[in-house]
This record gives sequence, C-alpha cells and structure tokens, in this order.
Amino acid sequence: MFEVDARGLSCPEPVMLTHEAIRDHGDEQIKVLVSEPHTRDNVEKFAKSKGKNVSITEKGDEFELIIG
Amino acid sequence: MNLAANKKTLVASGAVLGLIAALLAYTGNPKNMAICVACFIRDTAGAVKLHTTGTVQYMRPEIVGFVCGAFLIALLTKEYRSTAGSSPMIRFLLGVIMMIGSLVFLGCPLRMVIRMSAGDLNAYVAFVGFFGGVYTGTLALKHGFSLGRAYPTEKTSGYILPAVLVVLLILSVTTTLFAVSESGPGSMHAPLLLALGGGLIFGAIAQRTRACFAGSIRDVLLMQNFDLISIIGGFFAVMLVYNLATGGFKLSFDGQPVAHSQHLWNFLGMYAVGFAAVLAGGCPLRQLILAGQGSSDSAVTFLGLLVGAAFCHNFGLAGAAAAAATADTPAVAGGPGINGQVALIAAIVILFIIGFSPRNRKN
Repeated sequence: MFEVDARGLSCPEPVMLTHEAIRDHGDEQIKVLVSEPHTRDNVEKFAKSKGKNVSITEKGDEFELIIG
Repeated sequence: MNLAANKKTLVASGAVLGLIAALLAYTGNPKNMAICVACFIRDTAGAVKLHTTGTVQYMRPEIVGFVCGAFLIALLTKEYRSTAGSSPMIRFLLGVIMMIGSLVFLGCPLRMVIRMSAGDLNAYVAFVGFFGGVYTGTLALKHGFSLGRAYPTEKTSGYILPAVLVVLLILSVTTTLFAVSESGPGSMHAPLLLALGGGLIFGAIAQRTRACFAGSIRDVLLMQNFDLISIIGGFFAVMLVYNLATGGFKLSFDGQPVAHSQHLWNFLGMYAVGFAAVLAGGCPLRQLILAGQGSSDSAVTFLGLLVGAAFCHNFGLAGAAAAAATADTPAVAGGPGINGQVALIAAIVILFIIGFSPRNRKN
C-alpha cells in the first residue's frame, strides 16, 4: 500500500499529492492521512472523481482515507 | 446540512452570500464595497489608529462576524482544529502583499466580483490579472512550492483572534477609543447588529462551503473542479440582479464609485493578490475563515493584511479613486502613486522569489 502523509498541509497540496499517488501508483491501494475535515472532503471528492472507492476512518482529530 | 454536497447547494450558498452582501449594501454599506474583506480590514486598521486616513476608519462588525461565524460553526460541527507552525512569517508577508495589491486595485477578490456585477469594466481588467496571478501560483505549486506542515497546538491558541475581535467590537461600541470616519466610505455602514449578524452568517456559510475566490480558479486550473467557482457564480448572479434592480449597474470604465482606470495597475494589483493567495492557501476571505476555525497561521496572515492596510495608507501605497472635475477641483485620474507602483512591483518580485525559490522544491 502506498502512503501519502498530507497532515497539516495547506490546500491544494493534499489533493495534488493524492493526484500524483493515483497517477503513479494507481494499481495499488493508497492510504492518505489528513488532519482537517475540509482536506478529507477534498481528497475524497477528488479520488471519487477519478473513479476510485474511498473509505474513511476517523483517528482522533485526524483522518485516514483508503483509496482503491 | 452539507452545503458542499453538490453544485446546486454550492450555487444556492453563493446566492445567500450575495443576498447578505446586497442587504448590507442596501442598508448602509458603501454600494459596491458591500462586504469587501480588504476594505473592511483597512477600515478596522483605521479605527484602531494603525493609520489615520480620516475617510476609512470604522470598526467593521462584518470582520468580527466572518471570523466568529467560522469559529462558532467549526466548534458546532467539530471541525475546529487549533494549528500553527506552517511558515508564519512568510504568511504574514503574503498577507501584507495581498493587501497592497488589493488597495492598489481598490478591492479584494470579493469586491472585484461585486464590481464586475455592477458593470465596472476596470474590475474585468483586474480579473484577467487575478486569473494570471492564480495561474502563476499554480505553476509554483506544480514546481513543488509548499509552506510546510501546520501542527496541532494548544487548543486556546485558536480562540485568541475571535476573542480579540469581539473585545475590539465591544470597545468600539461602548467607548470613544476608536476613530470613526465622518465622511467617505468609512462613514457609510449598515446598522451594527445587522452587520454583525450578516457577517456571522456569511462566515458560517463560507466555512461550510470552503468558499474561496482564489481557490475557485485554482481548482479549475489544477483539477478541472468547478465546485468552488459554483459559489462565486451564485454570488455574482445575485449581486448582478441587485445592481440591475437598484440602478447600480453601469457598464463602463469611467464614473464607477471608488475605482480608477489605470489598467496596468488594476491588472498588476490583482495579479499580486491572486499569486499570493494561492501561495497562502486562500484569498483574504478564506484566511479569515481558516483563522476562525483554529489556524493560527491564517491568523498571522490576517495580521499581515491588517498591518499591510496601515502601510498602504501611512506610506501612500493605496490607489486613489478617480474623480470627475467639479467647479472647485480638476478631474483626478486616480490609481497608485509612485510609492504604490514601486511597492507593488517589489511585492511581485518577492512572490516569485517565495514561489519559485529552489529551497521550496520537494524532491
């Protein structure tokens, strides 16, 4: 599983990193860590727009998105 | 309710933001400023005497409302996160630059859209510059520009800005400590409670929808995502109808209120704002919203905007509004003087250094 740690990054960096990960590692699951609800929403929306399934787990104040 | 659920709710949310702006303009705010973030931070800077330009001094309740509306809704929805540590001094500088660019043009991106909806062709020139600035910012992002991570911090850190603004607003109402304009834009304002209430709702909706004027263009350019620009579309449509209905619409370069037709400087002013806003992760409005939901980094950007506004008026950087000749005074072309022109060019050079410095590139 490829991991993207986007915690604490400003918009649109988390989405850009996710974009790169899907482009370069599209054939494997991608785990994206984010720390802000709006970043969670943006990454989820972006991944779905690329035809991916997204599952989200809340971990304390942070979020883990599994994109596959 | 999830206002960011789809484009319909986003357009509707933008329309409500437009209604609030129209209501505040109708009830006393300067007509085509309505709810301009840069103008109102400048007026607030004047109220607390960071500058002493007599026509633009008023503690704007809308600014308090934006921040506190975002703060309260973030607490309610458990989206409040107290964070800090993402290059705060660069963000301060970006705040100063956003204000210089805004006041050379005479308005932030929000007012640019309001002016566009009133037929002000100068704002369309500025929009081209803004678009170019956002585009340049996205190039910097593609080259690996990053201000680095923000980290969780003491929860109360994020409470400071909303609390300070509330105290300042109370002081402005209950004491004579602050300056209040007797003429000019600073003397024109909606009733206090309406301005505060409007600002609170505006801030809450902007927080829920993630509204951002720079982000809307950035997302189209980077990801072909039209969500954020849907909000601006709804906002523009309502303001256009309002201006047409109230006789405020006039398609022209000349004769627009608090505006000038120095095309190069309108273009460059908003170019700087667009560029800086992308580097900072959001336009002036978005910075206030992020500050409200706990970002001390965005609170520092707000301080940059505030200090930048004071510099603009203390050192003659702001553009002057054009004015027709009267019996006593000759016509004024308006626009920035030499100080403002030099400052703006320097600001754009600084943006290129910040945005494209090899130090910032990730490998």
